[in-house]
Amino acid sequence: MKFGVVVSEGPYTHQAADTAYHFVKAALDKGHEVPRVFFYHDGVNVSTRLSVPPQDERHIQKNWTELAKKKGLDLVVCIAAAQRRGLLDANEAQRQGKDADNIAEGFRISGLGQLIEMGIQTDRMVMFGD
Amino acid sequence: MSTLHIVNKSPFGHGSLLSCINHCKSGDAVLLIEDGVYGALSGSVVEHAVTTCAPSVSIYVLEGDAQARGLAPEKLIGTVKPVGYDGFVDLVAESDRTQSWL
Amino acid sequence: MSETKKFLYVNRKAPYGTIYALESLEVVLIGAAFDQDVTLAFLDDGVFQLTKGQDTGGIGVKNFSPTFRALGDYEVTKLYVEQESLEERGLAAEDLQAVTYEDEDDDWAEKPSIHIVSRAEMADIMADQDVVLSF
Repeated sequence: MKFGVVVSEGPYTHQAADTAYHFVKAALDKGHEVPRVFFYHDGVNVSTRLSVPPQDERHIQKNWTELAKKKGLDLVVCIAAAQRRGLLDANEAQRQGKDADNIAEGFRISGLGQLIEMGIQTDRMVMFGD
Repeated sequence: MSTLHIVNKSPFGHGSLLSCINHCKSGDAVLLIEDGVYGALSGSVVEHAVTTCAPSVSIYVLEGDAQARGLAPEKLIGTVKPVGYDGFVDLVAESDRTQSWL
Repeated sequence: MSETKKFLYVNRKAPYGTIYALESLEVVLIGAAFDQDVTLAFLDDGVFQLTKGQDTGGIGVKNFSPTFRALGDYEVTKLYVEQESLEERGLAAEDLQAVTYEDEDDDWAEKPSIHIVSRAEMADIMADQDVVLSF
């Protein structure tokens, strides 16, 4: 079965990104497909590559990046929500005249249409947030 | 046609659990995750609402979240069923849709 | 698009204190381009999103309540508001702004988009969906 997943709260402040991660891993382990995970609201903050949590803590962004690499997940960060919160990929940074970008490997920035498309193309949607 | 309702907030500070219960249909399932697991505590002011939820609504609690918060199995309402993440996945697959009470 | 799904947007949060209501509306507007069967549900504090007389001048935030009145142009014409949620908050239908659409199947007659429904009817609406998005 195909599952679409939405993460709509920020890492470390809220458990949503952790719960979603464990859920996606369990779904993949059971042979389901997770074609896309969509990050919205403060959930977009998961995608910053500049996060440096203490070494004895989980690294939420790295966990997602590694899972995406291993399982071919499409991690989509909502562009409108990301721009409000200062998350830019290299293209966007250049287009907006900013001197830095901060999107981690494995994540890509795209539009809200990707969320609707995920709802259309998957069998179930599960939302994690506050 | 059934819904898996997912509740992630403590019922003692938020109305989500009660609102969810008030919109459940027979045959639905409710999964308590994150701070929502406090809704599974026996002897609380919401126990009655949880146990008298619409007929044949099953209530589940995500084990890892309950354990993390020190909710021992014997502290939980007897009819609440503990599940792991794999059980969570099965509940999603078995339901026709999920609704998160964010 | 080969398949039409029923999408329900569940709004249970008040506007302005948090961004959820605004970013929910942004999804609805974008989603309208996908020709799906779209319904909006307003219950609990979500009913506050539709109240009349919102004026954000004093808080320096964009007032997005007029955007609801434009939903008809996007063919989003089903806004269900829960009666019990209104009553619990001391509100009635007259406290909500008018949201209408022009019905192309009825000589473009202007019709209300907002329908007040009971909690039991809201539960039926929720149980009739393919995809439920909660904000």
